[in-house]
Amino acid sequence: MARSTDMAESDAPVSTLKSGSRPKDAGLGTEHARVTGRTVTINRPRETLYAFWRDFANLPRFMENVADVAVLDPARSHWKVAAPGGGSVEWDAVIVADEPGRLIAWESAEGADIRHSGRIEFRDAPPGRGSEVSATIAYDPPGGALGALVAKLFQREPHIQARRDLRRFKQLMETGEISTAEPPEAAPRAA
Amino acid sequence: MRALTWHGKHDVRVETVPDPGIVNPRDAIVRITSTAICGSDLHLYDNVIPTLRAGDILGHEFMGEVVEVGRGNDRLKVGDRVVVPFVIACGKCFFCEHQQYSACDNSNPADKADMSEELYGYPMSGLFGYSHLTGGYAGGQAEYVRVPYADVGPIVVPDGLEDDKVLFLSDIFPTGWMAAENCAIEPGDTVAVWGCGPVGLFAVQSALLMGAHRVIAIDHYPRRLELARGLGAEVVNYEEADVHEALVEMTGGIGPDACIDAVGLESHGFALDNVYDHAKTTMMMATDRIHALRQVILACRKGGRVSVPGVYGGFADKFPVGALMEKGLSLRTGQTHVQKYLPQLLELIREGKVDTTFLISHRLPLEDAPNGYRMFKEQQNECTKVVLKPH
Repeated sequence: MARSTDMAESDAPVSTLKSGSRPKDAGLGTEHARVTGRTVTINRPRETLYAFWRDFANLPRFMENVADVAVLDPARSHWKVAAPGGGSVEWDAVIVADEPGRLIAWESAEGADIRHSGRIEFRDAPPGRGSEVSATIAYDPPGGALGALVAKLFQREPHIQARRDLRRFKQLMETGEISTAEPPEAAPRAA
Repeated sequence: MRALTWHGKHDVRVETVPDPGIVNPRDAIVRITSTAICGSDLHLYDNVIPTLRAGDILGHEFMGEVVEVGRGNDRLKVGDRVVVPFVIACGKCFFCEHQQYSACDNSNPADKADMSEELYGYPMSGLFGYSHLTGGYAGGQAEYVRVPYADVGPIVVPDGLEDDKVLFLSDIFPTGWMAAENCAIEPGDTVAVWGCGPVGLFAVQSALLMGAHRVIAIDHYPRRLELARGLGAEVVNYEEADVHEALVEMTGGIGPDACIDAVGLESHGFALDNVYDHAKTTMMMATDRIHALRQVILACRKGGRVSVPGVYGGFADKFPVGALMEKGLSLRTGQTHVQKYLPQLLELIREGKVDTTFLISHRLPLEDAPNGYRMFKEQQNECTKVVLKPH
């Protein structure tokens, strides 16, 4: 059946839309928010993946830039992200949506220097293929020196950072390790 | 330990480097007893594969003895004698579960996989000793090597079979075998093989074992054509005959039912150095020269099968897409899913049904490896395969 012409013509995810086609509320509700998304298929049940991710203390095991996440209470966590050239940037994040086995969403707490939000969704992949995991990260780059630092933190291309982090998450969940060609002293901390 | 390291075009050296160690739970450390120089190592030697770094250890055809295993590896034990596939595969992802090991989603490290993904749309697996595009893993032309996911790749071989008989399970025998399997050979078939290097010669043997009626091998080095003939092929020297006309006449005007390109980008040289930039532009400049592949597609009979084990890396110009489509050819290719074939091929070797030692022309100590590269590069007629002995 033909689609009505005034309906959306595409089922493409928001993160893949070209800038002119992107709805203004896609990110943090501001026009300037940068949004990046990435979906990966992981050959494990979504309940397992959700459970690992829901313990935010696990995140530094596969997120390259995140040095530490301290879980303060069931909703609130404190993030420490390594800054280029030493030092770190820290903020609190609050879980704003939590549906076991399906979804976790968080936002930076009121007053954080860097406004950002993250959302991870878990769906069944086609039969026998595990789960599809989609991460969406939005952040609102501040101006000035801090803006430049944030750009570096997200390696100017948050899409690349997101896909690397998701690859490591997939490696850890599927193989129990994080692949590396580095010698023992330089290898990632993962397992 | 001592290892063969890359430093630039035609500059490889045997140097003392740090010993490898266990990094991940499923790793093993192997003490190398035999390791070969592969035709594809010559691309590295010629400096036409991007992302190599000075000091990288080369080598992806090797075997030896397990000297250390990680705490998460319950399949290997110290003292096992193993042949290691050149493809690194995790064994757990969708692709490994479907035995498409060279497409493993996990073995190329997350920060190295970007370039592979930009080039090919999705990242390919890690490989030993073959640039940072495929993970930057240290290779096996060394005294020792770290083998990641060693509970999936290496096959344990019995002591009764000497190294020379089983070493080529690491790459060229399964690669030639998969090339023939991709031809979906039927009784009465004629299979034509372009290139009588090690992979082409194993493809000749494999096609005959799979029941090909005839195999026609094409090359210009007399010594290599002689080896092909010795394995049961008819041969065509492309410097003496028009290959297309010869194949048409030799097959009663029908053409070969299946054609194998075991030449790859070596055929006329190659310049991949800017391929990553090219991939990022919409210019799609040609990087791979495909003389052999063009001839393969034109010579193959209508409705026939084309198999490409030859290595290509980038983009090609004047690809005969019309002949491919109009003749209804099937095209199958890929880096070898080595792990899939090892048990059955080891059995063929044990039964004496395939000759795996005929190729070896030189056996050298590891210290002589630079000389081995030079000979393999410059004397392709006489130097058909170099095996290095690190211990």
